[in-house]
Amino acid sequence: MNGAVRTRVSAALFRRPWLRAGLLLSGPAAWFVLIYLAALFLLFLSALWSVDSFSGKIVHSWTLTNFETLFKVPAYRTIALRTIGIAAAVTVTDILLAVPFAFFAARIAPKRLRAVLFVAVLIPLWSSYLVRVFAWRLILAKDGILNWFLGKIGLGSLNIGYSNWAMWIVFSYIWLPFMILPVWAAIERVPDSFLEASADLGARGLRSFRLVLLPLILPGIVAGSIFTFSLTLGDFITPTLVGGAGSTFIGNVVYQEVGIANNVPFAAAFATVPLVIMGFYLLVARRLGAFQAL
Amino acid sequence: MRFAKIDWALAAILGAMTIGVAACGSSSSSSSNLPTTIGAGEGQLNLVAWEGYAQPEWVKPFEAATGCQVHAKYAGSSDEMVTLMRQGGGGQYDMVSASGDASLRLISGGNLQAMNVNLVPEWKNFIPQLQSPRHNTVNGVHYGISLQWGPNTLLYNAKTVKPAPTSWESIYNPKYKGSVTVPANPIQIADAALYLSKTQTSLGITDPYELTEAQLNAAVNLLKQQRPLIKKYWTAAADEVELFKNGDAVIGAAWPLQTNNLQADKVPVSELIPAEGATGWADTWMLAAHAKHPNCAYKWVNWVSTPKVQAEQAISFGETPANTKACPFMEQIKKGSCLKYHANAPSAYFESIKFWKTPVKDCGNGKTDCTDYSVWQKKWTEVTA
Repeated sequence: MNGAVRTRVSAALFRRPWLRAGLLLSGPAAWFVLIYLAALFLLFLSALWSVDSFSGKIVHSWTLTNFETLFKVPAYRTIALRTIGIAAAVTVTDILLAVPFAFFAARIAPKRLRAVLFVAVLIPLWSSYLVRVFAWRLILAKDGILNWFLGKIGLGSLNIGYSNWAMWIVFSYIWLPFMILPVWAAIERVPDSFLEASADLGARGLRSFRLVLLPLILPGIVAGSIFTFSLTLGDFITPTLVGGAGSTFIGNVVYQEVGIANNVPFAAAFATVPLVIMGFYLLVARRLGAFQAL
Repeated sequence: MRFAKIDWALAAILGAMTIGVAACGSSSSSSSNLPTTIGAGEGQLNLVAWEGYAQPEWVKPFEAATGCQVHAKYAGSSDEMVTLMRQGGGGQYDMVSASGDASLRLISGGNLQAMNVNLVPEWKNFIPQLQSPRHNTVNGVHYGISLQWGPNTLLYNAKTVKPAPTSWESIYNPKYKGSVTVPANPIQIADAALYLSKTQTSLGITDPYELTEAQLNAAVNLLKQQRPLIKKYWTAAADEVELFKNGDAVIGAAWPLQTNNLQADKVPVSELIPAEGATGWADTWMLAAHAKHPNCAYKWVNWVSTPKVQAEQAISFGETPANTKACPFMEQIKKGSCLKYHANAPSAYFESIKFWKTPVKDCGNGKTDCTDYSVWQKKWTEVTA
């Protein structure tokens, strides 16, 4: 390119900000549309196909049988409700753990300790998810560390390995950092003067928390809950590894239908369920202002 | 795991696309153009196998002798094997160690090609029942070379389960609530049916794989009663080993492989074939319709058919070799193993095992009111969900 052309191009770009933005965004936008949206579209599309049970080949004619099966067979309803229920339980647990921790870390802890706590929250994310889940499997096993410890202090033993309790504990542990970080950021942003004013006006700690702090950090909590809820909703590894009889998640059915039963259309149909749930969840979250807290 | 959902969407699409391709590259396996010689190896062999079927003990010498590098993918169930052989248009894997409940599905799906048994000299030494069995030979066309066979056993912790069990009743007994484990596999319905065929004769079950709707419902009800007793439905043999090791399970349905592994780790377990008999498997190495390394495949079936390798695998997994000449080699590796795994007098024992086969509508007695496998799968989902 010679100088004159270069000047003309840059002048054209300068005069048309939309063109500049367009060029800048075209790469990521193409990626987003082709890889993400097209994939989602194909997912919905293949949910409307079916599989020939004899040859295992896909029949490309439109049918709603997959969705009919989903709603009619009680087993799939049980699985969907279990997945949502545990995702909700994990979210609530993480909120209860994260709020006091984040409050201490952001407002009470001295600066040094704050840095230590921050690293402590992040360190588990450096090791593989699988390793951490396997570790829990050994902790919760019948002859595992937990029961050994309970036995030592004379509390008998707990039989919670390979159960929904185990899943609840492991999920709560695994996703806790994703709740702590946004809540921490939200608490940090609340000016000290607000809490001082509240105290000056006679509110005790709990009342200040409920009426002043909580409304201000709610967007942060909701933002964290998007992570904990959606990550649990889409998981299939933890149920496989630490779940027991009756711990099947939506993700497990999808995995089985693709990898074992060779029924991709049905897997696609079931995979749309968490998508729809998350769609609603995000709508509600937006109303609560969660996206400003991210 | 933030991307789990997206991954699945991608997997679903890739799967859909590959199956679309598979639909185009259709199935034709004519028996007329069987190979008459085994050519030079292609340097590679991709297998779909049961856990424990591609042990370094016999794979390493094979690789050294033939130059065929073996890549084995372990599958946890017959359903998974069928799916693996069908995905990607069927060209991804060369061979599969299919059991009788997968082999006919693969043959009728056009996923396999006929094999020339004359290229496998040891085939003549197989027990007669496994030379041209119904599960791998259709209209005189061989779709594979038989390998090994054995029973699904009752595994228990001899320290905690006393007195020693004698019947399958113990895996349905509330006494072991929360300590039972059985395979996560719809074919498990046949185990319940086998038990019912001996204990509730009024149901009239003669073959645990040929069940009318009433008989199937009886078996499913038994499994639903069993469900609260189950600690975990195991998907990989290694899972079950860990359950027994950590004391989470004390009794369950297993393969002899788990018993061997647990005993090697000094876990006090025993196994038995209960009074009602057992279901079991008869496995065949089968050649994919679009196998990319057919010469290595033929070299492989020859290798695993030799008495020595047959003996090694029989002892390693705890099953019975198809080759009748394996006995002396088994004795060399482990004294008494020939007798233990019935390699010397297999005929009567062979007849006592109810081998896995795919349930179909045809009841085998002229009637066609039996429940087929898709019904079994649905019922199994009901039981385990």
